[in-house]
Formats: sequence, structure tokens, C-alpha cells
Amino acid sequence: MNKLLFEISREGRIGYRFPENDVPDKALDDCIPENLQRKRELPLPEISEHELVRHYANLARRNFGVDFGFYPLGSCTMKYNPKINETTASNPAFSQNHPLQPEETIQGSLEVMYLLLKYLSELTGMKWGTLQPLAGAHGEFTGMQIFKAYFRDRGEHKRTKVLIPTSAHGTNPASAHLAGFEIIEIPADNRGLVSFEAIEPYLNDELAGIMLTNPNTLGLYEKEIMEISRGVHQAGGLLYYDGANMNAVMGKSRPGDMGFDVLHLNLHKTFSTPHGGGGPGSGPVLVQEALLPFLPVPDIGLQDEKFSWIWNRPKSIGKVSGFYGNFGVIVRALTYLMVMGKDGLTHASEMAVLNANYLRSQLNSLYEIPYGDMCKHEFVISAKKIKDDTDVSAIDIAKSLIDNNIHPPTIYFPLIVPEAMMFEPTETETKETLDDFIKVMKDIYKQAYANPEYIQNAPVHTEIGRADEVAAARHPKVSWAGGE
Amino acid sequence: MGKTVKKGLFYTKNHEWVAVDGNEVNVGITDYAQDSLGEIVYVDLPEIDDSFDAEDEAVSIESVKTAAPVYAPFSGTITKVNDDLEDSPERVNEDPYGTFLFVMKCDDEVDTDDLMNDEQYTEYLKTQEDD
Amino acid sequence: MAQNRKYSYVPHTSEDIDEMLASIGVSRIEDLFADIPQDVKFTEVLGLPDGKSEYEIEKFLQNLSEKNDRKLSFLGCGMYDHIIPAAVTAAASSPAFVTSYTPYQPEISQGMLQAIFEFQTMICQLTGLDVSNASLYDGHTAAAEAVSMAFQAKKKRKTVIVSEAVHPFTLSLLRTYFNEQDIQFRSLPLKGGKTDFSQLSSLLDDTTAAVFIQTPNIFGILEDLNGISELIHQNKSFFILSSNPMNFGMTKTPSEWGADIAVGDTQPFGLPANLGGPSVGYIAAVKNLLRKMPGRIVGETQDDRGQRAFVLTLQAREQHIKRGRATSNICTNQALAALTTSAYIALVGPMGLEEVNRQSMTKAHYLKEALLALKEVKDVPGPFAYEFTLDLGNRADDFIQRMLGKGFFAGVHLGALDSSLYGKVAVAVTEKRTKEEIDRYVEAAGEILKGDQLNE
Repeated sequence: MNKLLFEISREGRIGYRFPENDVPDKALDDCIPENLQRKRELPLPEISEHELVRHYANLARRNFGVDFGFYPLGSCTMKYNPKINETTASNPAFSQNHPLQPEETIQGSLEVMYLLLKYLSELTGMKWGTLQPLAGAHGEFTGMQIFKAYFRDRGEHKRTKVLIPTSAHGTNPASAHLAGFEIIEIPADNRGLVSFEAIEPYLNDELAGIMLTNPNTLGLYEKEIMEISRGVHQAGGLLYYDGANMNAVMGKSRPGDMGFDVLHLNLHKTFSTPHGGGGPGSGPVLVQEALLPFLPVPDIGLQDEKFSWIWNRPKSIGKVSGFYGNFGVIVRALTYLMVMGKDGLTHASEMAVLNANYLRSQLNSLYEIPYGDMCKHEFVISAKKIKDDTDVSAIDIAKSLIDNNIHPPTIYFPLIVPEAMMFEPTETETKETLDDFIKVMKDIYKQAYANPEYIQNAPVHTEIGRADEVAAARHPKVSWAGGE
Repeated sequence: MGKTVKKGLFYTKNHEWVAVDGNEVNVGITDYAQDSLGEIVYVDLPEIDDSFDAEDEAVSIESVKTAAPVYAPFSGTITKVNDDLEDSPERVNEDPYGTFLFVMKCDDEVDTDDLMNDEQYTEYLKTQEDD
Repeated sequence: MAQNRKYSYVPHTSEDIDEMLASIGVSRIEDLFADIPQDVKFTEVLGLPDGKSEYEIEKFLQNLSEKNDRKLSFLGCGMYDHIIPAAVTAAASSPAFVTSYTPYQPEISQGMLQAIFEFQTMICQLTGLDVSNASLYDGHTAAAEAVSMAFQAKKKRKTVIVSEAVHPFTLSLLRTYFNEQDIQFRSLPLKGGKTDFSQLSSLLDDTTAAVFIQTPNIFGILEDLNGISELIHQNKSFFILSSNPMNFGMTKTPSEWGADIAVGDTQPFGLPANLGGPSVGYIAAVKNLLRKMPGRIVGETQDDRGQRAFVLTLQAREQHIKRGRATSNICTNQALAALTTSAYIALVGPMGLEEVNRQSMTKAHYLKEALLALKEVKDVPGPFAYEFTLDLGNRADDFIQRMLGKGFFAGVHLGALDSSLYGKVAVAVTEKRTKEEIDRYVEAAGEILKGDQLNE
């Protein structure tokens, strides 16, 4: 077990040497009045450089990443993160620019942003967008604010309702709610899809729009998308596309062509930028022409071969983050997109779908797959029958995968599938990896019936066992409280 | 498991129990509700003098993986909350009928017609999904 | 050759593909997309460039980056140019951190979970407050989340008082965030570059959920917050304080001012400015606001073998459980960047933070005095730490432009962020600037300001 930084700290230890001050010394009191000076001691750790490096190296040893093994975490697109992305993003000529530098000194960086927006617009069939949102959910929130601004501009104040499928990511209803919309949950039909019939009763002058993920969180393509799209538009509403699952359809179908008005993409999913243990991400938002005036400011303009920030957008929703977006992530995504090119992106989606369907076809005989007979880039199995038969649940199977050096899938989501396990293999895994995984899943299945306790006690090969989450939540300890 | 119903109380479809005393009501959750929630880790209680309309969310009960709303059965004002739950939310699991969440003084005369009695609630439970 | 054009970090050989198709029971890749209705199937060719080798793209981007131009920087306004120790960047570069996702599975994520727990602890240590989270997107969005927390905790109160000395981008963002909610902003006006607190009592009433102050403020000035928390707390409102946390090396911390919620951006701790991101929003609060806190929170617990273990906790607050009833939609945080800033704080330690502050402050005051000696620069308001504001009136843009010609990013024209601040130029000096660089700045500024009339 690793000690905390605070437990290896020793008073008086110095970790880093700064240059000597070369301007005349000045007393603190001559700079800031005594009553503005800190009186409290800062109880921060004091450690050497070697210890610091060793500390984080040891923490790293205790963390699983895509570089270590198979990571089929559904809805998260844990594909390989090419190292070249890190190289280009760490170029100091990109990384060391201040956001408030004069425009003429960041022409290269502006071009990076401009190109990425241009390529993403083409890939999705949209007009233009913004790179300002810092994560997928942040993009959703931005998109919902754009919905609001659009209806306000048209004086359609009655439009307060947003339709969201029950299978949607939890961020969808949360984002719509924060933007002031009322949410109407649309249940999936027996195919696992949103039917036109289900939304028809809400196609009226109170409808603001619908938020859809396509393919949806079951990994299924929404077959009635064009009927839905026409119906929503005829009723005066807008369509929002949650681009979390874009990895399934690059070069195969474009949200813009399906009639979506606003969408976000997750650069940290489809465009291979690393997830970083939970972030930073990036959630660009793209819109159709009618919604351009409402995008956040500043926009990026190009005139006479000069790029510039454009602030004059009177109908803009304003700013959604401090500056222009996670530029470091944007460079990585552009690198990826340009290495891949049009054929490469299409091929990636094809292979992602191939891998998912291959897994699906091999697991189908043992595990119940409640919806669909073909999937896109991910699929959802239900462990309900196994649980009923053996009392081994989805979480037990997940933990057992850990013992086999495989990261578990997304579990208990989507909510409409009992004991759900959502697998997304991505295109960068070999057939050998998939075959090994299939074998592990078959072994777990057998074990569940033969020796359920073994699975229920998993994982056993890890440095810690199952953690007491109830105690953690009842009596939260969220910071180190000092020595024992 | 989780099917105990107590006589003399009224019940809502959302699995809350209501004890009526004049125009004051004590509100808690039923055995079925605590059992479905699993181990309760936190009860987000209202403050005294907060007022709610009937069916407003008055309390949120959290387990590790869920958060369930408890609705005000009538319109009224909170006169008392169960402070013990701050440190010991598990009491709701241990003794659901002995652990009230809040006491509410109702704006109007209490009308129990829309609530179930213990027999009706026992029948109602049979219609709930049996897991 | 055709295969090469499709190279997509995909490992499959054509035999693999054939075998897999056969197992699935289809004959062509296209069959896997048969469920896409004909009228939405994309049948054209994407208008994107052809794929290229990594080497070619690296070169292309290298060429683009050379269109950027770096000068000696005196820019601040939320992002600062501090020394970044090599060990800090190295600590955060491990693929174990870089290529992992949110640590949902504690058994194989103790490394990131512990790193987040350490980050939370250091934010508490710096601010003096009790609880913190795994980080937010940036300092500006953290401000919005803090205001939102206050409204959650004071459901019936619908106004927030915001100082006009807050960063204009934070103000703009707050307006975007709360635009659609039944919430009102009241402005606490300016007086001589500081917040005019004499107005506070008259603005506070029983609708006030929170008061939002920034120190150092947009002009770099350290606000005197003596007695402010008492006024706010008498009114049962929350005191939200936004700060550049680097200043805590020297100046009073949020708990000493009596703040209930502290927010800001930890970019100064080891992160390059990166044109504005990724940075890291921090948020800390008094204990009883813990369950109103947005985003991921890591807690300490024990595993079934009795060992210390860290887990994501209090998840019932979050969007994936509360969905439409959630009070925040946050899912992603800035974990890797937060880990970087943790490594910085731990490496330099309390003495290092003091040293950075002492040097930055001394150098900023050295520059200020040298500029005042030019006579063309009038009074510089204070007290400030390591960023101050020059009032150059209608010469501001010209000054910045001509300093650029002499090799300096001389400062940020605040008028470009908010037209009401026209003429004010914010100048930041960190420990990174040497005496020689500062002297050259003064010399260049002198030439420009003295020659002003001649050139106009």
C-alpha cells in the first residue's frame, strides 16, 4: 500500500530549487499590508524530488490504462491513444501560448482550431461550431442553451419540453434541466428503439426538441430517425445529437443529414485523445446554419489569410468556459484526424463495428442480449438470468474480469436493461485479444454456475479487495485528516 | 423480506407511510421502500419552517447507487425533522416504521381519502414487481 | 497500398476480417451497416484530406506552430507564466494515468483515486476549508458551480451579489449559466480598482443566496475583506471567494477571510497556459456543503481485507443517478491536469510557494516602481501581489502593439475583455522574469511612452 504524500512528508525537506532573486529585495510589509498577509501555516507536504517521482511512479503501477490491457468500457470508446498526439500537443510553440496574446502571434494555433472545426463540420454534416465546451456534458449544456436562445429569439416562450429516451446518458436530462427545460422521458419500444409513435403525442407548440444518441446506448441504430426528425421539425422543435457514439458511424451516416440541428462530439472518445483518468476532455458543439448566431463567443474568423477572434455576435449565448476550449486536447484530435484522413476514419468505424459484432456473435449463445440482432460499435448484455439462477450479478462478473487483467464494461447502464453490461471493444484491438476475452467470458459463465462464490469473491488477484462504499458514503472522509 | 406493513398508518403509492395526528402528519418510508433502496447512506432533510405543496419533493434518500425522492403527502409546513438521521441514516433500514423523517403541519384539514390503509397497501404491494 | 491508405491504428489482417465476418454470419463489412436506413446512409466521399503518415502530420503541425510568435510574457488575467519543474510534467506523463478512464473500478484504479484524494487534501490545506472535489473544468466554470451550490443550499433565495472587480469572462459565463433560471444578479460596484464594500449592507437582503468576490481582483488588487464574512453571515448568505491559489503562498487564505466556498484555477501550479486549457478548476467548501458539491469526489474507506482503499463516493448526487433531478451535469473533470498541479504543490512545498510569491511580488513591485519613475505612468493602484494595472487611456492598444514590436507581451488590455475597462492594462510579473528582462521592459516602455506625442 502506498503512503500518502502527507505521510512521507518531512518538515524542512526541499524538493526544488528556484533561481535566485536578482532584483533588490523588498520587505513583505512594503508590498502588502500586514492584515492581508497569511497568518495560517500551510500544512502542505515537504518532499524531495526523487520521492515525488517515486511516489507517482508507484501510484501509476496501481492504475489500469488502455496501454496495459483490454478496456471495453461501453460508451467511453477506450481506443488506443496514439503517442504522436502527445508529441504534437507538447510542442512548446503550441502549449506555451497565453490565451490573451495578440491574435497575430497565435496564427498557427488559430489555424489548428479552424481546421478542426472545419473537418468536424464535414464529418458530421453540420455548418460550423465551437470548441469552447470542455467536456461532453458541457457541450450538451451549451447545446441546450443554444436551443433556449433560438426559441427566445423567435419569441416562442412556450417551448419548454425536451424529449429524452430512457436509455439516454444521465448527462442528457441533467443538462437539459440546467438549461431550464422540462424533461419528458420517452421509453424505448420492444426493439430498444425510439419509435415515432412514442414521440407523436408531444409534437406540439410546447415542444422544444429531442435529444438523441444514434446509435443509441444499446448500440442500435435508430431506424425511425427520419420520421422522428421530420415530425420534430414540423412541430417547430429542434433535434440534439449526443455524439458520444460517433465512433460507430464515421463516413457511414452524418447527424446533419439525419436532420440534427445541434450536436456535441467527445474528442476524448472518437478522436483518440486520452481520457487522463477522467479528464481533461473536450466537447465541441456543431450547429446548422440557423443556429450559428447563438454559438458561444468568440468565434474564429478567416479573412485575407488572417485568422481572428470574432466577438461581435449579439445573439450569442455568451461564454461557457474561461477561454477557447481545451486547446491541448484540440491539437491531439486534429493530429489524429489528419493522420486518419477520410478513408482512415471510415475504416475505423467499420472495424469498431466489426469487432463489436464479432464479440456479440460469440457471446450470444451464453449471455442474454435483450435487444437487436446486430449492433454498431457496442452492445449490451443482461446478466439477469445468471443472477436469478446463480446469484452472480453483473458486478460480480465485472470484478471477475479484473482478475483476468481486463477492465470491466460499463455496468448497470443503460437503466432499461436489468443487470446490464455494456461492451465497446473499439477498432484498435486485435482478434487475439477479442478471442482471449471471449474465452474469459465463457469461463466466467461456467464458473458462475459451477462455483458462484468464486465469482462473487472476485477480484482476488488485486492489491485491494472490494471496498466498503457504504461506509465511504455514510461518513465521508474526503481529505487526509492527519496522522492516525 | 421488505413486505412488513404496520397497522394504523396510511400509505402512499410512492411507499411512504403517514401517521396522522390532527392536522399534523409524521412521514417515513415503508419497509418495502427501505428494502428496495438498500443500505441508506444519507437522508437529505428539509429545514424547519420549509413549506411544500402536496407531491413536492421534501426529502431525498440516498443509497450508494440511487437517490429516491420522498414527497410531501399534503401541502404544509415542516415543524420537525429527524436530526438523528444525520449521523445514523441506517436507522431507516433498521426500523422504517419507527423512524420518522419529518413532521408537517398541514395547511388544510387532513384528508386521507387519497391514501391507502394498511390492508390496501398490502394489496398494492402485491402489484409491485417482485424481484 | 490501398491498405495503407486505410491505416487507422487497426491491427486486423484481411484474413482476420474474413474470419470475423464469417463468424458473425455476414459476407461483407457493408452488411454490418444494413440497419442504417437508406435515406440517411452517407454514400458520398467525405470532404476531408487523405490520411497521411504520422511523420508528415507532425511536420505539418510543426510548420503551423511556427506561425505562432512567442515574446517575453507579462500576461496574467487568470493564466500565469511560472516555472514548471521537469519532475512535475514527468510525474503526470505515465501512460497509467494518461490512458485510464474515470476510476470506477477501485481495485485497479487506486493510483488515480489516491492522486485525486491527495489533490482534494491539498486544496483543503491551501484554502483552509474542509472539503473539496476531484476538480472542475476551469476556474471560471468553478465559479458558476459554486454559485449553483449556494442556490441549492438556499433554495428560496434567488439573488447573488457579484463584485464588479471579478474577471469579465467569469461574469460573462455566470450570465450564460444562470440566464435560464429564475435568478438575479446584483452588482457590487467598483471604487478605485477595488470593490466598494460600503454598498454591501444595502444590497444584502433575505433573497441573497451568496456574495461572490474575487481576490486578487481583475486589476490584481488584493481586496481587504475584513468584516465582510460577518456581514454576509449575519444575513445567512454564503461567502464565495475566487482566488489565484498561488497567492496563498503569501496572502490570506479563504478560511482566514471566513469564506464558505473557495474557487479558482490551479493552472499556475505546473501547467502551461496552452492557449487557455486544459487548466483545472478547484472548489473547496465548509463541511456542511459537502453533499451539495458538484462533480466527482474521492473518499477514503476500507476494503474487505481491512486495508485502506479509496473510492468514488457520494455518487447519488450525480447526473448518472439523479438524471433530470441532478443539480449539476458534471461527468468529466480534469484529473490528469489536477494530478499535475498536485505534483507541483508537493514538489515545491510550502517553502517553494512562499519563494515563488516572494520573488514574483518583489519583481512586480520593482517593475511598478521603475514604470512610475518614467513619469508618463501615473499612479498604480494597490495593494497588489504580482499583477498590477496601468491606466494608459487611449494609448493602451498602441502601447501593447508597439511593445510587441520590441519583443514583449506587455500586458492585457482589460478593455478588450470588457469595454468599461478601456485603457487599463494588466501587467503580471512572475519569478520567471529576470531583472535584465524587466529592465528591458522598462526601457522599451519608456521609449514608447515618451515618444508618444512625436509618433501620434
